[in-house]
Amino acid sequence: MENKEITIKIEGREYSVPANLTILEAARKLGYNIPTLCYWNHGHNSLASCRVCLVELKSSRGSRLVASCVYPVSECDASKGFEIKISSPMAIDARRTSVELLLSNHSKDCQTCVKNGQCELLHVANLTGARSGQFLGEVTKSTYDNVAPGIVRDTSKCILCGRCIEKCKEAQGIGILGFEQRGFNTIVGPAENRSFADVPCLQCGQCIEVCPTGALAEKREIDKVDQAMHEGKYVIVQTAPAVRAAIAEEFGHAIGEQNGTGKMVAALHRLGFYRVFDTNFGADLTIMEEAQELINRIKNKEILPQITSCSPGWINYMEYFYPDLIPHISTCKSPHEMEGAIIKSYFASVHGLKPEDIYVVSIMPCTAKKYEAKRPQNAAVNGLPDVDAVLTTRELAVLIRRAGLLWDELPEEDFDHDLLGEYTGAGVIFGVTGGVMEAALRTAYHTLTGKEYDKIEFLAVRGQESVKEAEVDIAGTKLKVAVASGMKAAKPLLDEIRDGKSPYAFIEIMGCPGGCINGGGQPFVKPNLIPNQGADILDKYREKRAAILYSIDEKKAIRQSHNNPDIIKLYKDYLGSPCGGVAEELLHTHYVDNRACFPERKK
Amino acid sequence: MERIDSVKKLDESIKTCTEQFEAKIKGTNGKRAVVVCGGTGCIANSSEDIQKALEEEIKAHGLENKVTVNHVGCFGFCSQGPFVKIFPEDTLYRAVKVSDVKQIVEDDLIGGNVCENLLYVDPVTHEKVVRQDDINFYKKQVRVALHGCSLINPDLLEESLGYDGFKALKKVLTEMTPQQVIDEILASGLRGRGGAGFPTGRKWQFAANVQADQKYIVCNGDEGDPGAFMDRSILEGNPFEVIEGMMIAGYAFGASKGYFYVRAEYPVAVERLQRAIEDMEQVGLLGDHILGTDFSFHAYLRLGAGAFVCGEETALLNSIEGKRGMPRPRPPFPAIKGLWGKPTCVNNVETLATVPYIIRVGAAEYAKMGTEKSKGTKVFALGGKINNVGLVEVPMGTTLRTLIFDIGGGIPGGKKFKAIQTGGPSGGCLTEKDLDTPIDYDSLVAKGSMMGSGGAIVMDEDNCMVDVAHFYMDFICNESCGKCSHCRIGTKRLFEMLTKVTNGTATTKTLDDMKYLATVIKNGALCALGQTAANPILSTMANFPEEYEAHVVDKKCPAHVCKKLMRYVIDPNLCKKCSLCARNCPVNCIHGVVGKEPYVIDQSKCIKCGSCLAGCRFHAIIKE
Amino acid sequence: MPIRHEVVVGVEAICDQYANEPSPLMMILSAIQKKYGYIPLEVQEIVSKKTGIPVAEIYGVVTFYSFFSLKPKGKYVLGVCLGTACYVKNSQAIIDKFSAMLGIAPGETTDDGLFTIEAVRCIGACALAPAMSINGKVYPKVTPDQVGKIIDEYRKMEAEGK
Repeated sequence: MENKEITIKIEGREYSVPANLTILEAARKLGYNIPTLCYWNHGHNSLASCRVCLVELKSSRGSRLVASCVYPVSECDASKGFEIKISSPMAIDARRTSVELLLSNHSKDCQTCVKNGQCELLHVANLTGARSGQFLGEVTKSTYDNVAPGIVRDTSKCILCGRCIEKCKEAQGIGILGFEQRGFNTIVGPAENRSFADVPCLQCGQCIEVCPTGALAEKREIDKVDQAMHEGKYVIVQTAPAVRAAIAEEFGHAIGEQNGTGKMVAALHRLGFYRVFDTNFGADLTIMEEAQELINRIKNKEILPQITSCSPGWINYMEYFYPDLIPHISTCKSPHEMEGAIIKSYFASVHGLKPEDIYVVSIMPCTAKKYEAKRPQNAAVNGLPDVDAVLTTRELAVLIRRAGLLWDELPEEDFDHDLLGEYTGAGVIFGVTGGVMEAALRTAYHTLTGKEYDKIEFLAVRGQESVKEAEVDIAGTKLKVAVASGMKAAKPLLDEIRDGKSPYAFIEIMGCPGGCINGGGQPFVKPNLIPNQGADILDKYREKRAAILYSIDEKKAIRQSHNNPDIIKLYKDYLGSPCGGVAEELLHTHYVDNRACFPERKK
Repeated sequence: MERIDSVKKLDESIKTCTEQFEAKIKGTNGKRAVVVCGGTGCIANSSEDIQKALEEEIKAHGLENKVTVNHVGCFGFCSQGPFVKIFPEDTLYRAVKVSDVKQIVEDDLIGGNVCENLLYVDPVTHEKVVRQDDINFYKKQVRVALHGCSLINPDLLEESLGYDGFKALKKVLTEMTPQQVIDEILASGLRGRGGAGFPTGRKWQFAANVQADQKYIVCNGDEGDPGAFMDRSILEGNPFEVIEGMMIAGYAFGASKGYFYVRAEYPVAVERLQRAIEDMEQVGLLGDHILGTDFSFHAYLRLGAGAFVCGEETALLNSIEGKRGMPRPRPPFPAIKGLWGKPTCVNNVETLATVPYIIRVGAAEYAKMGTEKSKGTKVFALGGKINNVGLVEVPMGTTLRTLIFDIGGGIPGGKKFKAIQTGGPSGGCLTEKDLDTPIDYDSLVAKGSMMGSGGAIVMDEDNCMVDVAHFYMDFICNESCGKCSHCRIGTKRLFEMLTKVTNGTATTKTLDDMKYLATVIKNGALCALGQTAANPILSTMANFPEEYEAHVVDKKCPAHVCKKLMRYVIDPNLCKKCSLCARNCPVNCIHGVVGKEPYVIDQSKCIKCGSCLAGCRFHAIIKE
Repeated sequence: MPIRHEVVVGVEAICDQYANEPSPLMMILSAIQKKYGYIPLEVQEIVSKKTGIPVAEIYGVVTFYSFFSLKPKGKYVLGVCLGTACYVKNSQAIIDKFSAMLGIAPGETTDDGLFTIEAVRCIGACALAPAMSINGKVYPKVTPDQVGKIIDEYRKMEAEGK
């Protein structure tokens, strides 16, 4: 079946193509880039509803229009008289009309839209030659929801492609979004068109990543940062590992092409931040604490498996759907929260700053972090939030562009080495699924054996599979571990624990498939907008970004958290021992059973 | 009833039941049989009360051993209902009221005299007609799909068995291979009665050619065309025949499970179908190893929930699967990948009801009826501005003129025929010049309309065709599933443009835009609902350009229907100053002085409801 | 609004009743609609818990089909047929008259909870056009001037406590 070929005719020329393709796929192989909108990821989402990919199919019985994204070439056999017309007046009119109809029911604030420049609807409007003002009329009653901490939904920009619905089901298995109402009144939203704040949404932002228009976007906090700068606070910024793997994409670089660390730091310096730190330091700290916690659990025969806690999307999921597993969750705060707490305590006291005058900004690949920073449990110093604002990778790009900084002209600069500047290779791989596990194993091995693991790399936990498992031999103790990313993939592991059948000692869970490199705050990967990177870029971008992080790890002289000299100094000068009293107070958190959706929401 | 688990037992049951049924109709059992129409239309006119009253009255006269009473399915001649029929004389009483029951019992059942006042009167000859078959409405009809309707008690399996029921099932199970069944249906030329007219045999053949561990047959009873009700009547009148047709289909292409998808708005049909399924299960006519053969078949009933689009087969499948009724792109066709991903044939109620007939009489005999490419008969629901409203089954090829003027009895009130809409909201209108068109799939399409499910709504000179198109667009907008951009937004835009026309705010450019958009949607929408949505516009624009012109250029509605372009006025010379109109006016916008000053309508407040005109006894109020 | 315990039990029982059916959502919703007259979100959440179908999907189904209702309807549902046969015989005037007299638009319920006006699809009473149905009882050949009488009839019934 796979190898069977069929002859099709496009614009009068015959081609032999694999018989199992759609017209769209076949045409793309032949060099025709038929515009698409609802089509996504090899037709994984393909409702054939936008009608933007219509082509004319001519036969002896006349002409009709078919959606090329779903129509199989097997029904277009040239020998049976079928001919495909992509550029006939009938096809051109139809595609243009499809776009014009969509535009006639679409919010008209393109100039100020958050997706300006990255909107697929505008892209196809351009491609199809849509004319302005066609078919204007009533617009569907819309909803603007900016109440939730991480995601803004504006249905006036929604074109009902259904990608987000599919993505939410596929990545997280929860199906927060759905079509509702009927006909012209149809919208996409949580049940009863509620706010994201009132439903068990993880705020992971995967839906934003696939939204072709500005209907779904991150909730921006740039204004808060501007305000803090204006008020003369010591605005300290830290950046998560995954950000450097993708930020260059925002400035025209191919995915996986550039490690953006140096230029990003240079940009942050030029944006006027008081200090530019690396969340990797916090990651190293997390490993110190989390490895110790694991060892304590094993030694004291406490509840196992221990599950990682650095992904706020996962924590949201756990609190909604598996609160009974709270005793399994590491009490460690996530790296940027730890780092924020250390900045407002240790860093502040060494420099004689008042914690109130410090404003910590985290640049994260994540929209769920925006909620995490607001959790009352994450306010270690004087009740101040450990982190004051969270910006996504995309928001950082906005800041850089706004300041007039030219990415390619920026020099490479290093993070500020001021008490917490140093970081290790273990910290940087946090950004990819399996990374926390690998980093923790490196340190746990050392703690338990007093020796370094000679191979350094735990290859079994690497890779983009959604679930991985491995068995590690630490001085004769066999430790079964598992790694999962995306809640749909994690669910079976959780059910296993719930049923008391889990064979694992330690499980790493990340909210987004592939880990933070694929977070909801990362640059968009839209094959339609970057056609030169190949139609299969959606299959490859995660590996490409992960490769950047692994190569940074590889080049690092120090690759274990416990060997980070600044970490050693921090414990010696300030914290004492991992999981000790001070560390417990600053670096650990707790979780909420039976939590209301987003309790901080002001009604 | 005893189990019917072998061919022999079926033969015995058929024999006994047929004798009993014939005895009932012919009166050879020494009893007279009274049947009352139990179709939804007649029930709405209290036919259940009539039946109850008959039973009581008969009992009161001690006749319960000499007269039987039961309900039957729809007689079809709905505007004359409720019907009461008496066997063996075959006397048909129409428009019966509860108060007539006493007379029927005393004069006819006891006295032996026909109740003249309850007979049908021919509007032309003014003669009273005693027997159903002598009424013009019925004369040119042939009952194939409506077989047994208005004759058998739809709640009794015995009556079905007594009137040809399950003979066809027995024939296919004992004498035919599945392929022979398909070949027979192919040879009969039967085409789908639901709308598109796809050859039924070919559909079955597609599904038969696919290997699968499970296949399904689905009966589409989501009759959505507003104005068509033949599927309901068939299910109400002879549910067994539809089930039998479904089983034959299942046998032919290898489906062991069948789903009925019926509108929840049809409670009577649903109840009778459910009972029929249960009764058949009980005797073993549904279940495993039917009649002791290897053929097993289970039937299930699922209800629609108020969505016109679910008449589209892939939307219907989604609905059965518990999802929003949004159509799927085709291919893959349901015959390859249908219900729960398995090969599935979706056939309309009328189609399946026809299948047993074809098997019984043979394809050749069936194919004698109809035209070259449209064989057999078709049921139409005649409605609107026509004298004889009801269900009509005629051979394909009957002309519209015969349908409207012979069977339908013409237009009431001496008004002039303007158009007939066939195919419902997806169809188009046909006019005077098309009256001699033989009705079949292809000639209707050639004339810019379609067969659809068989709705046939007659319009007279008082109907505005722009308004009719506007009505259909409104319907389609409300019923669009919202999935594809063309239908979701496009039909809304067409509706808005039409609204401009009916408001008098459209320009000739509006008409051009409308035509352009209608054509694009026709070609570009995802499913049949969208693709046909613009038909009413295109068809009325083609047939009545002058009406559109009048609205757009002259800002006039020639039929005085479009409210913004018409007004009610009182002719002061005819006004008798009685004040009735003022009292009827819901917004109090008619003023005058009783007996002194003629009444005048305040146009600024008038909502144009027509209450004044309906009430005025002196014809003083006119539309202009 | 919290759902009464017996409703929770009832809804769960309905879910259990169809538990063995393939894709039972439509059947469950139809049964709930029939028994309780409407399907508010809280009830959908119970169905979601029982069936594992996300609430958003259930809500999507409920709002797709006009037969399902999110809010309780009036005691008397005035279903005016807007099928073609009735429309060409001016059933729009009937619905307009009801709207004017009750002061509510089609789809709305009067403040006293007594009447809901609905424009319904063909009720199959084409021979009786224009037709309407009130809680299932069909009124044939309705004229605009009957509208007031019909309302009065039900108001009177209500006043007499029937």
